[in-house]
Amino acid sequence: MSDQAIETSSDTRATGLRADLQEFWHYFSENRGAVIGMWFFIFVCLVALLADLIAPHGATAQYRDALLTPPVWQEGGDWRFLLGTDAVGRDMLSRLIHGSRYSLFVGCIVVVGAMAVGVTVGLVAGFVGGAVDTLIMRLMDIILSFPSLLLALVLVAILGPSLTNAMIAIAIVQQPHYVRLTRAAVLGERNKDYVTAARVAGVRPLRLMFHTILPNCMAPLIVQAALSFSTAILDAAALGFLGMGAQPPTPEWGTMLAEAREFILRAWWVVTLPGLAILLTVLAINLMGDGLRDALDPKLKRS
Amino acid sequence: MFQFLLRRIGLIIPTFIGVTIAAFAFIRVLPGDPVELMAGERGVSPERHAALMKQFGYDRPIWEQYLDYFFSALQGDLGNSLVTKKPVWDEFFTLFPATLELSICAIIFAVFIGVPAGIYAATRRGSWPDQAIMGTALVGYSMPIFWWGLLLIILFSGTLGWTPVSGRISLLYFFKPVTGFMLIDSLLSGQKGAFSSAVSHLILPTIVLGTIPLAVVARQTRSAMLEVLSEDYVRTARAKGMSPMRVVGVHALRNAMIPVITTIGLQVGVLLAGAILTETIFSWPGIGKWMVDSIFRRDYPSVQGGLLMIAVIVMTVNLIVDLLYGLVNPRIRHVR
Repeated sequence: MSDQAIETSSDTRATGLRADLQEFWHYFSENRGAVIGMWFFIFVCLVALLADLIAPHGATAQYRDALLTPPVWQEGGDWRFLLGTDAVGRDMLSRLIHGSRYSLFVGCIVVVGAMAVGVTVGLVAGFVGGAVDTLIMRLMDIILSFPSLLLALVLVAILGPSLTNAMIAIAIVQQPHYVRLTRAAVLGERNKDYVTAARVAGVRPLRLMFHTILPNCMAPLIVQAALSFSTAILDAAALGFLGMGAQPPTPEWGTMLAEAREFILRAWWVVTLPGLAILLTVLAINLMGDGLRDALDPKLKRS
Repeated sequence: MFQFLLRRIGLIIPTFIGVTIAAFAFIRVLPGDPVELMAGERGVSPERHAALMKQFGYDRPIWEQYLDYFFSALQGDLGNSLVTKKPVWDEFFTLFPATLELSICAIIFAVFIGVPAGIYAATRRGSWPDQAIMGTALVGYSMPIFWWGLLLIILFSGTLGWTPVSGRISLLYFFKPVTGFMLIDSLLSGQKGAFSSAVSHLILPTIVLGTIPLAVVARQTRSAMLEVLSEDYVRTARAKGMSPMRVVGVHALRNAMIPVITTIGLQVGVLLAGAILTETIFSWPGIGKWMVDSIFRRDYPSVQGGLLMIAVIVMTVNLIVDLLYGLVNPRIRHVR
């Protein structure tokens, strides 16, 4: 055996997807909050998936004999309704469980939609450059000149109030952030040697954009995805609260809050619980987002 | 610096034109033409419809209508509200001081708690106070503020009975607005108890609107401070035997504040979006509530005018922040 052979085999560093994931998990799990957030998020996802199985009552089933029943630990509580009932006798717990579906659905659709459009447009802007780039970036500046919630509100006013339109509006409002991030990342990568090499080797522009450059711009995009997931949930709930999102009797958490507003001084649980559900879900995702940033941002990595 | 200024202003002009196009397009993309929108559910006869279309110039080419809109907007003519029939411009500026007053208070609240909290957390990195402060900041950052407002109302207005639920001042007091700022006007009026009434109306909305900026400012201050504290000049200052208070409070703080000030400036969009929710919850008579009400009343000229004015405010503040940033950080001026 030659010396050289020993040299190569002594390099035991693993490579490939598995190793990448292990490295990611190493950094991610250092952040205790991120791990807690992740477990809570998984819990919410399970609740949403199994809503029909675990919810004790239907989301819109009304129990006329039990209007505004307080939670079970309070005087007058009823064991049938663990977290009490609302003004028309619907079980709070069941509505909250079903509501998790809407919030997660909104988050997923908005992130996927805004990311797909934003990344594509950002890639084009950064890759093509010139007048196309200027035009796209000015367009994004225009969208960003409006406060996001206001623009979403106006877009919903144009499209008509519904959960679908709220999702479209929020996706439109969020997509400039992806465009800017992608463009900045592409500009950083565009002139690196590996891109030039690929170009010289005859790789076509589309493949160059999506296959060669994009994977190296993913880290900030993933962090942004976590951020915009939580913002989407908050904005959708805010639109629901203003009566411009999901419409009653949909058990969307923001819409539930809007219906509960008149009872704030009489029945604390109808107001407190849906908001708490929003807060905890958003908090869990933001905790995860902080962990993702720590794990994916090479600047913060301590090797 | 002058070149930098020109370049930044040059960038803002196309954006401004784009914003006017967006506001102009808003009424056109709604289902129904402008006259039908104005008539609402009452409807109009075909002859009257044609006459009105001609009267308002809606039969002209679209670009001519746009230019018309653009130049009237530049002169402060944003059309009349469909509900009150008053000029949108006047309506906006009657209500704007209420939002401005609330926003200023919210920013003061955010800065005066957020900056010290961030500095404290940075100087004790990793300790339990640091974790507690940053944990609280993340909760604040994740807060659905419309719910937060309701909770505060339950606690302080309902259970404790300390603060009023809505409005800017008790109905007992009445005086002519001078500055539009209730805190100043109530003092000027000289009526006993007016000022404290205005303050008690302002407290809860300020906390609600200031919560997210507070969290952002605290997080930003901490990370900026951590970065600066690891710089050589800070180590030198420490090595010279300078007191820790002076190193952190004077030497480090000056440089750490640059990104924080930018962050504060960028909160204006957050504040105006937050004002929509805060003002709705507390029946605060500002532009946020006005926009929501106008959308529900289908008062489209008001929505259009408000949209344009708010975008212009956001753009102006961002421009000022950029210029200030260029002023304090010479490196920025020469980029690009």
